Amino acid sequence: MTPVEPLDTTTAELLERFRDGKIPGLARAISVVEGERSGFQSLLHTVMAGGPQAKRVGVTGPPGAGKSSLVAAAATSYRERDERVGVVAVDPTSPYSGGALLGDRIRMNDIAMDPGIFIRSMATRGSLGGLATTTKEVVDLMDGFGFPRVLIETVGVGQTELEITAAADTVVVVLVPESGDAIQAMKAGLMEIADIFVVNKADRPGSARLVKELRQALHLRAGSALKDIPAHHGVDLGQAMKKERTTDAPATEPEGWSVPVLTTNALTNDGVDKLLRTIDEHRSWLEESGQLEVRRRDRAEGRIRDVVNRELMRIAWRRDEVVDLLREGVEEIAGGEETPYSVARRIVEVLLR
Amino acid sequence: MSDERKIRILVAKPGLDGHDRGAKVIASAFRDAGFEVIYTGLHQTPEMIVNAAVQEDVDVVAMSVLSGAHMTLFPRVKELLDESGADHVLLTGGGIIPEDDVAALEERGIGRLFGPGTPTTAAIEYVREWFAAQNTA
Repeated sequence: MTPVEPLDTTTAELLERFRDGKIPGLARAISVVEGERSGFQSLLHTVMAGGPQAKRVGVTGPPGAGKSSLVAAAATSYRERDERVGVVAVDPTSPYSGGALLGDRIRMNDIAMDPGIFIRSMATRGSLGGLATTTKEVVDLMDGFGFPRVLIETVGVGQTELEITAAADTVVVVLVPESGDAIQAMKAGLMEIADIFVVNKADRPGSARLVKELRQALHLRAGSALKDIPAHHGVDLGQAMKKERTTDAPATEPEGWSVPVLTTNALTNDGVDKLLRTIDEHRSWLEESGQLEVRRRDRAEGRIRDVVNRELMRIAWRRDEVVDLLREGVEEIAGGEETPYSVARRIVEVLLR
Repeated sequence: MSDERKIRILVAKPGLDGHDRGAKVIASAFRDAGFEVIYTGLHQTPEMIVNAAVQEDVDVVAMSVLSGAHMTLFPRVKELLDESGADHVLLTGGGIIPEDDVAALEERGIGRLFGPGTPTTAAIEYVREWFAAQNTA
Protein backbone atom coordinates (compact mmCIF):
# COMPACT_ATOMS: atom_id res chain seq x y z
CA MET A 1 0.00 0.00 0.00
CA THR A 2 1.25 3.50 -0.77
CA PRO A 3 2.30 5.21 2.45
CA VAL A 4 0.84 8.64 3.16
CA GLU A 5 3.53 10.29 5.24
CA PRO A 6 5.96 9.01 7.86
CA LEU A 7 4.44 8.54 11.31
CA ASP A 8 5.70 11.03 13.86
CA THR A 9 6.23 9.74 17.38
CA THR A 10 3.10 11.33 18.87
CA THR A 11 0.92 9.75 16.21
CA ALA A 12 2.69 6.42 16.56
CA GLU A 13 2.11 6.43 20.33
CA LEU A 14 -1.51 7.38 19.83
CA LEU A 15 -1.92 4.59 17.33
CA GLU A 16 -0.53 2.12 19.84
CA ARG A 17 -3.04 3.15 22.50
CA PHE A 18 -5.78 2.99 19.89
CA ARG A 19 -4.79 -0.52 18.85
CA ASP A 20 -4.65 -1.63 22.48
CA GLY A 21 -8.34 -0.78 22.69
CA LYS A 22 -7.85 2.13 25.09
CA ILE A 23 -10.90 4.41 25.12
CA PRO A 24 -8.82 7.58 25.70
CA GLY A 25 -6.78 6.57 22.65
CA LEU A 26 -9.93 6.48 20.53
CA ALA A 27 -11.13 9.76 22.03
CA ARG A 28 -7.86 11.52 21.27
CA ALA A 29 -7.66 10.02 17.77
CA ILE A 30 -11.07 11.53 17.08
CA SER A 31 -9.84 14.96 18.24
CA VAL A 32 -6.79 14.70 16.01
CA VAL A 33 -8.92 13.84 12.99
CA GLU A 34 -11.62 16.37 13.83
CA GLY A 35 -9.09 19.18 14.18
CA GLU A 36 -7.10 17.90 11.17
CA ARG A 37 -4.06 18.08 13.42
CA SER A 38 -0.70 16.87 12.18
CA GLY A 39 -0.60 13.17 11.51
CA PHE A 40 -4.34 12.79 10.97
CA GLN A 41 -3.97 11.44 7.46
CA SER A 42 -1.53 8.71 8.38
CA LEU A 43 -3.69 7.87 11.37
CA LEU A 44 -6.75 7.36 9.17
CA HIS A 45 -4.68 5.58 6.57
CA THR A 46 -3.49 3.04 9.13
CA VAL A 47 -6.85 2.57 10.81
CA MET A 48 -8.77 2.17 7.56
CA ALA A 49 -6.38 -0.37 6.08
CA GLY A 50 -8.69 -3.29 6.88
CA GLY A 51 -11.61 -1.78 4.96
CA PRO A 52 -15.03 -1.02 6.44
CA GLN A 53 -16.46 -3.65 8.80
CA ALA A 54 -19.05 -1.88 10.93
CA LYS A 55 -22.72 -1.63 10.13
CA ARG A 56 -23.33 2.09 9.82
CA VAL A 57 -26.81 3.38 10.50
CA GLY A 58 -27.65 7.05 9.97
CA VAL A 59 -30.52 8.73 11.78
CA THR A 60 -31.75 12.02 10.38
CA GLY A 61 -34.83 14.21 10.51
CA PRO A 62 -36.06 17.64 11.58
CA PRO A 63 -35.15 19.20 14.96
CA GLY A 64 -37.12 17.75 17.85
CA ALA A 65 -38.19 14.61 15.99
CA GLY A 66 -36.62 12.49 18.70
CA LYS A 67 -33.46 11.41 16.92
CA SER A 68 -31.34 11.31 20.09
CA SER A 69 -33.98 9.41 22.05
CA LEU A 70 -34.39 6.94 19.22
CA VAL A 71 -30.63 6.47 18.95
CA ALA A 72 -30.49 5.86 22.71
CA ALA A 73 -33.34 3.35 22.51
CA ALA A 74 -31.72 1.57 19.55
CA ALA A 75 -28.32 1.49 21.28
CA THR A 76 -29.96 -0.08 24.35
CA SER A 77 -31.51 -2.80 22.22
CA TYR A 78 -28.24 -3.49 20.40
CA ARG A 79 -26.57 -3.88 23.78
CA GLU A 80 -29.19 -6.44 24.75
CA ARG A 81 -28.01 -8.36 21.69
CA ASP A 82 -24.48 -7.94 23.02
CA GLU A 83 -23.37 -5.68 20.18
CA ARG A 84 -20.96 -2.89 21.07
CA VAL A 85 -22.15 0.44 19.74
CA GLY A 86 -20.39 3.62 18.71
CA VAL A 87 -22.51 6.76 18.49
CA VAL A 88 -21.63 9.99 16.70
CA ALA A 89 -24.04 12.82 17.43
CA VAL A 90 -23.75 16.04 15.47
CA ASP A 91 -25.10 19.42 16.58
CA PRO A 92 -24.72 22.77 14.83
CA THR A 93 -21.91 25.28 15.26
CA SER A 94 -23.07 28.87 15.56
CA PRO A 95 -22.03 30.77 12.43
CA TYR A 96 -21.80 33.90 14.58
CA SER A 97 -19.64 32.85 17.52
CA GLY A 98 -18.12 29.65 16.17
CA GLY A 99 -19.23 27.99 19.40
CA ALA A 100 -21.62 25.10 19.81
CA LEU A 101 -23.86 23.64 22.48
CA LEU A 102 -23.79 19.88 22.11
CA GLY A 103 -26.74 18.45 23.98
CA ASP A 104 -27.37 15.04 22.50
CA ARG A 105 -25.87 13.27 25.52
CA ILE A 106 -28.75 14.57 27.66
CA ARG A 107 -31.04 11.99 26.00
CA MET A 108 -28.41 9.28 26.29
CA ASN A 109 -27.64 9.37 30.01
CA ASP A 110 -29.20 5.98 30.61
CA ILE A 111 -26.73 4.28 28.30
CA ALA A 112 -23.72 6.53 28.82
CA MET A 113 -22.08 4.42 31.53
CA ASP A 114 -22.24 1.20 29.55
CA PRO A 115 -18.63 0.34 28.68
CA GLY A 116 -19.90 -1.22 25.44
CA ILE A 117 -21.14 2.15 24.24
CA PHE A 118 -18.99 5.05 23.12
CA ILE A 119 -20.67 8.38 22.45
CA ARG A 120 -18.99 11.31 20.78
CA SER A 121 -20.56 14.71 20.16
CA MET A 122 -19.42 16.73 17.18
CA ALA A 123 -20.06 20.32 16.15
CA THR A 124 -20.63 20.96 12.44
CA ARG A 125 -17.85 23.59 12.33
CA GLY A 126 -19.24 25.31 9.27
CA SER A 127 -20.21 22.24 7.30
CA LEU A 128 -23.72 22.50 5.83
CA GLY A 129 -24.65 18.94 4.92
CA GLY A 130 -26.09 17.91 8.31
CA LEU A 131 -22.80 16.36 9.40
CA ALA A 132 -19.48 17.82 10.50
CA THR A 133 -16.69 17.98 7.91
CA THR A 134 -14.99 14.96 9.47
CA THR A 135 -17.95 12.89 10.74
CA LYS A 136 -17.33 10.25 8.08
CA GLU A 137 -13.73 9.97 9.20
CA VAL A 138 -14.78 9.68 12.85
CA VAL A 139 -17.11 6.83 11.91
CA ASP A 140 -14.13 5.13 10.25
CA LEU A 141 -12.18 5.49 13.49
CA MET A 142 -14.97 3.87 15.51
CA ASP A 143 -15.15 1.12 12.90
CA GLY A 144 -11.39 0.60 13.03
CA PHE A 145 -11.51 0.57 16.83
CA GLY A 146 -13.78 -2.44 16.60
CA PHE A 147 -17.34 -1.24 17.09
CA PRO A 148 -19.46 -3.58 14.94
CA ARG A 149 -22.29 -1.04 14.91
CA VAL A 150 -22.05 2.72 14.52
CA LEU A 151 -25.06 5.00 14.84
CA ILE A 152 -24.75 8.44 13.30
CA GLU A 153 -27.14 11.18 14.34
CA THR A 154 -27.26 14.25 12.12
CA VAL A 155 -28.17 17.77 13.15
CA GLY A 156 -31.86 18.57 12.87
CA VAL A 157 -32.26 18.83 9.14
CA GLY A 158 -34.55 20.70 6.79
CA GLN A 159 -34.64 19.77 3.15
CA THR A 160 -31.13 19.83 1.82
CA GLU A 161 -28.81 18.43 4.45
CA LEU A 162 -28.39 15.03 2.91
CA GLU A 163 -24.77 14.21 3.48
CA ILE A 164 -25.72 11.33 5.76
CA THR A 165 -26.00 9.12 2.67
CA ALA A 166 -22.26 9.47 2.26
CA ALA A 167 -21.65 8.20 5.79
CA ALA A 168 -24.22 5.47 6.43
CA ASP A 169 -25.18 2.13 4.88
CA THR A 170 -28.76 2.48 6.08
CA VAL A 171 -30.49 5.85 6.42
CA VAL A 172 -33.40 6.14 8.83
CA VAL A 173 -35.48 9.30 8.40
CA VAL A 174 -37.39 10.22 11.55
CA LEU A 175 -40.47 12.41 11.30
CA VAL A 176 -43.15 13.36 13.81
CA PRO A 177 -46.82 14.23 13.26
CA GLU A 178 -45.84 17.87 13.75
CA SER A 179 -43.32 17.73 10.89
CA GLY A 180 -46.01 18.75 8.44
CA ASP A 181 -47.67 16.73 5.75
CA ALA A 182 -45.89 14.38 3.41
CA ILE A 183 -45.66 17.12 0.80
CA GLN A 184 -42.88 18.56 2.92
CA ALA A 185 -41.01 15.31 2.69
CA MET A 186 -41.77 14.95 -1.01
CA LYS A 187 -40.38 18.31 -2.04
CA ALA A 188 -36.89 16.97 -2.28
CA GLY A 189 -34.27 15.26 -0.37
CA LEU A 190 -35.58 13.35 2.62
CA MET A 191 -37.89 11.27 0.45
CA GLU A 192 -35.03 10.27 -1.75
CA ILE A 193 -32.51 9.37 0.92
CA ALA A 194 -34.68 7.30 3.27
CA ASP A 195 -34.12 3.57 3.41
CA ILE A 196 -36.57 3.43 6.29
CA PHE A 197 -39.12 6.02 7.42
CA VAL A 198 -40.02 6.28 11.08
CA VAL A 199 -42.92 8.29 12.41
CA ASN A 200 -41.84 8.86 16.01
CA LYS A 201 -44.05 10.08 18.86
CA ALA A 202 -46.67 7.94 17.18
CA ASP A 203 -49.04 8.30 20.14
CA ARG A 204 -49.73 11.86 19.07
CA PRO A 205 -52.64 12.89 16.90
CA GLY A 206 -51.94 12.98 13.20
CA SER A 207 -49.47 10.13 13.12
CA ALA A 208 -51.76 7.71 11.28
CA ARG A 209 -52.43 10.36 8.66
CA LEU A 210 -48.72 11.04 8.19
CA VAL A 211 -47.99 7.33 7.84
CA LYS A 212 -50.67 7.03 5.17
CA GLU A 213 -49.44 10.09 3.29
CA LEU A 214 -45.87 8.88 3.39
CA ARG A 215 -46.89 5.49 2.03
CA GLN A 216 -48.81 7.16 -0.79
CA ALA A 217 -45.89 9.42 -1.58
CA LEU A 218 -43.61 6.40 -1.69
CA HIS A 219 -46.01 4.66 -4.06
CA LEU A 220 -45.98 7.76 -6.25
CA ARG A 221 -42.26 7.52 -6.48
CA ALA A 222 -42.44 3.88 -7.36
CA GLY A 223 -45.11 4.52 -9.97
CA SER A 224 -47.87 2.61 -8.24
CA ALA A 225 -49.83 5.41 -6.64
CA LEU A 226 -53.20 3.86 -7.35
CA LYS A 227 -52.52 0.65 -5.54
CA ASP A 228 -54.23 1.41 -2.24
CA ILE A 229 -57.01 3.59 -3.58
CA PRO A 230 -60.38 1.88 -3.34
CA ALA A 231 -62.77 1.57 -6.29
CA HIS A 232 -64.17 4.95 -7.22
CA HIS A 233 -67.25 5.58 -9.40
CA GLY A 234 -67.38 1.88 -10.00
CA VAL A 235 -63.92 1.73 -11.51
CA ASP A 236 -61.08 0.27 -9.54
CA LEU A 237 -58.22 2.29 -10.94
CA GLY A 238 -55.64 0.00 -9.49
CA GLN A 239 -57.22 -2.93 -11.37
CA ALA A 240 -57.95 -0.94 -14.52
CA MET A 241 -54.36 0.10 -14.89
CA LYS A 242 -52.97 -3.26 -13.96
CA LYS A 243 -52.67 -4.76 -17.39
CA GLU A 244 -50.65 -1.83 -18.58
CA ARG A 245 -47.97 -2.49 -16.04
CA THR A 246 -45.75 -5.49 -16.28
CA THR A 247 -45.05 -5.77 -12.57
CA ASP A 248 -47.17 -4.96 -9.59
CA ALA A 249 -44.30 -3.91 -7.39
CA PRO A 250 -45.21 -1.90 -4.30
CA ALA A 251 -43.19 1.15 -3.32
CA THR A 252 -39.91 -0.28 -4.45
CA GLU A 253 -36.61 1.26 -5.22
CA PRO A 254 -35.46 0.39 -8.71
CA GLU A 255 -33.09 -2.10 -7.12
CA GLY A 256 -35.79 -3.83 -5.13
CA TRP A 257 -35.97 -2.45 -1.59
CA SER A 258 -39.40 -1.21 -0.62
CA VAL A 259 -39.04 1.68 1.79
CA PRO A 260 -41.13 0.86 4.86
CA VAL A 261 -42.91 3.39 7.04
CA LEU A 262 -42.73 2.40 10.71
CA THR A 263 -44.07 3.97 13.86
CA THR A 264 -42.19 4.30 17.14
CA ASN A 265 -42.40 5.90 20.51
CA ALA A 266 -38.78 6.21 21.57
CA LEU A 267 -39.62 7.05 25.17
CA THR A 268 -41.75 3.95 25.78
CA ASN A 269 -39.68 1.83 23.39
CA ASP A 270 -42.74 0.96 21.31
CA GLY A 271 -41.77 -0.10 17.81
CA VAL A 272 -38.02 0.02 18.46
CA ASP A 273 -37.58 -3.75 18.10
CA LYS A 274 -39.44 -3.67 14.82
CA LEU A 275 -37.18 -0.83 13.67
CA LEU A 276 -34.07 -2.85 14.53
CA ARG A 277 -35.43 -5.87 12.69
CA THR A 278 -36.10 -3.70 9.66
CA ILE A 279 -32.57 -2.28 9.80
CA ASP A 280 -31.31 -5.89 9.81
CA GLU A 281 -33.52 -6.70 6.83
CA HIS A 282 -32.19 -3.71 4.97
CA ARG A 283 -28.69 -4.90 5.79
CA SER A 284 -29.40 -8.34 4.33
CA TRP A 285 -30.84 -6.73 1.25
CA LEU A 286 -27.75 -4.51 0.88
CA GLU A 287 -25.49 -7.52 1.05
CA GLU A 288 -27.52 -9.81 -1.17
CA SER A 289 -28.30 -7.26 -3.86
CA GLY A 290 -24.74 -6.04 -4.11
CA GLN A 291 -25.85 -2.55 -3.08
CA LEU A 292 -23.52 -2.54 -0.09
CA GLU A 293 -20.59 -2.88 -2.44
CA VAL A 294 -22.01 -0.16 -4.67
CA ARG A 295 -22.48 2.20 -1.73
CA ARG A 296 -19.03 1.49 -0.37
CA ARG A 297 -17.48 2.18 -3.76
CA ASP A 298 -19.41 5.44 -4.04
CA ARG A 299 -18.21 6.41 -0.58
CA ALA A 300 -14.61 5.58 -1.44
CA GLU A 301 -14.84 7.65 -4.59
CA GLY A 302 -16.37 10.56 -2.73
CA ARG A 303 -13.70 10.38 -0.06
CA ILE A 304 -10.86 10.41 -2.59
CA ARG A 305 -12.38 13.44 -4.28
CA ASP A 306 -12.79 15.19 -0.90
CA VAL A 307 -9.24 14.54 0.18
CA VAL A 308 -7.80 15.61 -3.16
CA ASN A 309 -9.95 18.76 -3.20
CA ARG A 310 -8.91 19.73 0.30
CA GLU A 311 -5.27 19.00 -0.41
CA LEU A 312 -5.29 20.99 -3.66
CA MET A 313 -6.93 23.93 -1.92
CA ARG A 314 -4.31 23.85 0.78
CA ILE A 315 -1.51 23.67 -1.77
CA ALA A 316 -2.98 26.48 -3.84
CA TRP A 317 -3.59 29.04 -1.15
CA ARG A 318 -0.35 28.31 0.64
CA ARG A 319 1.66 29.62 -2.32
CA ASP A 320 2.72 33.24 -1.92
CA GLU A 321 2.59 33.75 -5.65
CA VAL A 322 -1.07 32.76 -5.71
CA VAL A 323 -1.95 34.94 -2.76
CA ASP A 324 -0.16 37.88 -4.46
CA LEU A 325 -2.14 37.32 -7.66
CA LEU A 326 -5.32 37.24 -5.57
CA ARG A 327 -4.55 40.56 -3.91
CA GLU A 328 -3.52 42.23 -7.18
CA GLY A 329 -6.61 40.82 -8.83
CA VAL A 330 -8.90 42.36 -6.22
CA GLU A 331 -7.37 45.79 -6.95
CA GLU A 332 -7.63 45.32 -10.70
CA ILE A 333 -11.25 44.30 -10.42
CA ALA A 334 -11.94 47.41 -8.32
CA GLY A 335 -10.23 49.46 -11.05
CA GLY A 336 -12.41 47.89 -13.70
CA GLU A 337 -9.45 46.31 -15.50
CA GLU A 338 -10.21 42.67 -14.76
CA THR A 339 -13.06 40.39 -13.70
CA PRO A 340 -12.96 37.53 -11.16
CA TYR A 341 -12.88 35.15 -14.11
CA SER A 342 -9.77 36.58 -15.74
CA VAL A 343 -7.99 36.72 -12.38
CA ALA A 344 -8.95 33.12 -11.60
CA ARG A 345 -7.72 32.08 -15.03
CA ARG A 346 -4.31 33.61 -14.30
CA ILE A 347 -4.10 31.88 -10.92
CA VAL A 348 -4.98 28.48 -12.38
CA GLU A 349 -2.40 28.97 -15.12
CA VAL A 350 0.25 29.66 -12.50
CA LEU A 351 -0.77 26.55 -10.57
CA LEU A 352 -0.59 24.36 -13.65
CA ARG A 353 2.71 25.71 -14.83
CA MET B 1 -10.99 25.28 8.19
CA SER B 2 -9.40 27.27 10.96
CA ASP B 3 -6.02 26.59 12.46
CA GLU B 4 -7.13 27.79 15.86
CA ARG B 5 -7.93 24.87 18.09
CA LYS B 6 -11.45 24.83 19.55
CA ILE B 7 -11.77 24.70 23.30
CA ARG B 8 -13.99 21.75 24.25
CA ILE B 9 -15.64 22.02 27.63
CA LEU B 10 -18.01 19.76 29.54
CA VAL B 11 -20.56 21.62 31.64
CA ALA B 12 -21.83 19.24 34.27
CA LYS B 13 -24.43 19.35 36.96
CA PRO B 14 -23.56 16.70 39.55
CA GLY B 15 -25.59 15.53 42.50
CA LEU B 16 -29.16 15.79 43.47
CA ASP B 17 -30.03 19.46 43.38
CA GLY B 18 -32.15 20.37 40.39
CA HIS B 19 -31.09 23.98 40.01
CA ASP B 20 -29.67 23.98 36.51
CA ARG B 21 -30.19 27.60 35.55
CA GLY B 22 -26.60 28.48 36.43
CA ALA B 23 -25.27 25.58 34.39
CA LYS B 24 -27.40 26.61 31.42
CA VAL B 25 -26.37 30.26 31.67
CA ILE B 26 -22.68 29.41 31.76
CA ALA B 27 -23.07 26.80 29.01
CA SER B 28 -24.65 29.43 26.73
CA ALA B 29 -21.98 31.98 27.63
CA PHE B 30 -19.22 29.50 26.78
CA ARG B 31 -20.91 28.72 23.48
CA ASP B 32 -21.15 32.42 22.66
CA ALA B 33 -17.46 32.72 23.48
CA GLY B 34 -16.79 30.23 20.69
CA PHE B 35 -16.26 27.11 22.82
CA GLU B 36 -17.69 23.72 22.00
CA VAL B 37 -19.82 22.96 25.04
CA ILE B 38 -21.02 19.49 25.90
CA TYR B 39 -23.95 19.68 28.27
CA THR B 40 -25.18 16.45 29.81
CA GLY B 41 -28.11 17.55 31.93
CA LEU B 42 -28.97 17.10 35.59
CA HIS B 43 -28.15 14.52 38.23
CA GLN B 44 -24.78 13.37 36.97
CA THR B 45 -22.64 11.13 39.11
CA PRO B 46 -18.88 11.80 39.23
CA GLU B 47 -18.42 8.58 37.25
CA MET B 48 -20.78 9.79 34.51
CA ILE B 49 -19.02 13.14 34.33
CA VAL B 50 -15.57 11.61 33.98
CA ASN B 51 -16.80 9.01 31.50
CA ALA B 52 -18.22 11.77 29.31
CA ALA B 53 -15.10 13.92 29.72
CA VAL B 54 -12.90 11.03 28.52
CA GLN B 55 -15.10 10.05 25.56
CA GLU B 56 -15.48 13.65 24.45
CA ASP B 57 -11.77 14.38 25.00
CA VAL B 58 -12.56 17.74 26.57
CA ASP B 59 -10.01 20.28 27.72
CA VAL B 60 -12.08 21.51 30.65
CA VAL B 61 -14.76 20.20 33.00
CA ALA B 62 -16.88 22.92 34.61
CA MET B 63 -19.23 21.80 37.39
CA SER B 64 -22.06 23.73 38.93
CA VAL B 65 -22.65 22.70 42.53
CA LEU B 66 -25.32 24.36 44.64
CA SER B 67 -26.08 21.51 46.99
CA GLY B 68 -23.27 22.04 49.47
CA ALA B 69 -21.63 18.78 48.46
CA HIS B 70 -18.71 20.53 46.76
CA MET B 71 -16.11 19.18 49.22
CA THR B 72 -17.05 15.67 48.14
CA LEU B 73 -17.87 16.17 44.46
CA PHE B 74 -14.90 18.21 43.25
CA PRO B 75 -12.21 15.97 44.80
CA ARG B 76 -14.00 12.84 43.65
CA VAL B 77 -14.22 14.02 40.04
CA LYS B 78 -10.58 15.14 40.17
CA GLU B 79 -9.56 11.75 41.50
CA LEU B 80 -11.47 9.89 38.78
CA LEU B 81 -10.03 12.16 36.08
CA ASP B 82 -6.52 11.41 37.27
CA GLU B 83 -7.25 7.68 37.40
CA SER B 84 -8.56 7.77 33.84
CA GLY B 85 -5.38 9.36 32.56
CA ALA B 86 -7.19 12.66 32.08
CA ASP B 87 -5.05 14.61 34.54
CA HIS B 88 -4.45 17.22 31.82
CA VAL B 89 -8.09 18.27 32.08
CA LEU B 90 -8.84 21.48 33.98
CA LEU B 91 -11.53 20.97 36.61
CA THR B 92 -13.22 24.24 37.47
CA GLY B 93 -16.71 25.30 38.42
CA GLY B 94 -19.00 27.45 40.42
CA GLY B 95 -21.79 27.52 42.95
CA ILE B 96 -22.36 28.47 46.52
CA ILE B 97 -18.98 27.62 47.95
CA PRO B 98 -17.46 29.33 51.03
CA GLU B 99 -14.08 31.00 50.51
CA ASP B 100 -12.27 28.66 52.88
CA ASP B 101 -13.52 25.70 50.91
CA VAL B 102 -12.45 27.32 47.64
CA ALA B 103 -8.94 27.67 49.00
CA ALA B 104 -8.94 24.11 50.32
CA LEU B 105 -10.08 22.74 46.98
CA GLU B 106 -7.54 24.76 45.04
CA GLU B 107 -4.88 23.16 47.23
CA ARG B 108 -6.05 19.80 46.04
CA GLY B 109 -5.49 20.62 42.39
CA ILE B 110 -8.94 21.98 41.54
CA GLY B 111 -9.01 25.07 39.32
CA ARG B 112 -10.64 28.36 40.19
CA LEU B 113 -14.21 28.23 41.54
CA PHE B 114 -16.61 31.06 40.93
CA GLY B 115 -19.28 32.27 43.33
CA PRO B 116 -22.67 33.88 42.78
CA GLY B 117 -22.61 37.19 40.94
CA THR B 118 -19.47 36.43 38.94
CA PRO B 119 -19.82 37.86 35.44
CA THR B 120 -19.67 35.04 32.86
CA THR B 121 -16.82 36.91 31.19
CA ALA B 122 -14.60 36.19 34.20
CA ALA B 123 -15.03 32.45 33.77
CA ILE B 124 -14.51 32.72 30.01
CA GLU B 125 -11.30 34.71 30.44
CA TYR B 126 -10.04 32.24 33.02
CA VAL B 127 -10.60 29.27 30.72
CA ARG B 128 -9.06 31.07 27.74
CA GLU B 129 -5.96 32.05 29.67
CA TRP B 130 -5.54 28.56 31.09
CA PHE B 131 -5.91 27.07 27.62
CA ALA B 132 -3.43 29.49 26.07
CA ALA B 133 -0.89 28.72 28.81
CA GLN B 134 -1.32 24.98 28.24
CA ASN B 135 -0.75 25.25 24.55
CA THR B 136 2.29 27.47 24.59
CA ALA B 137 4.05 25.57 27.35
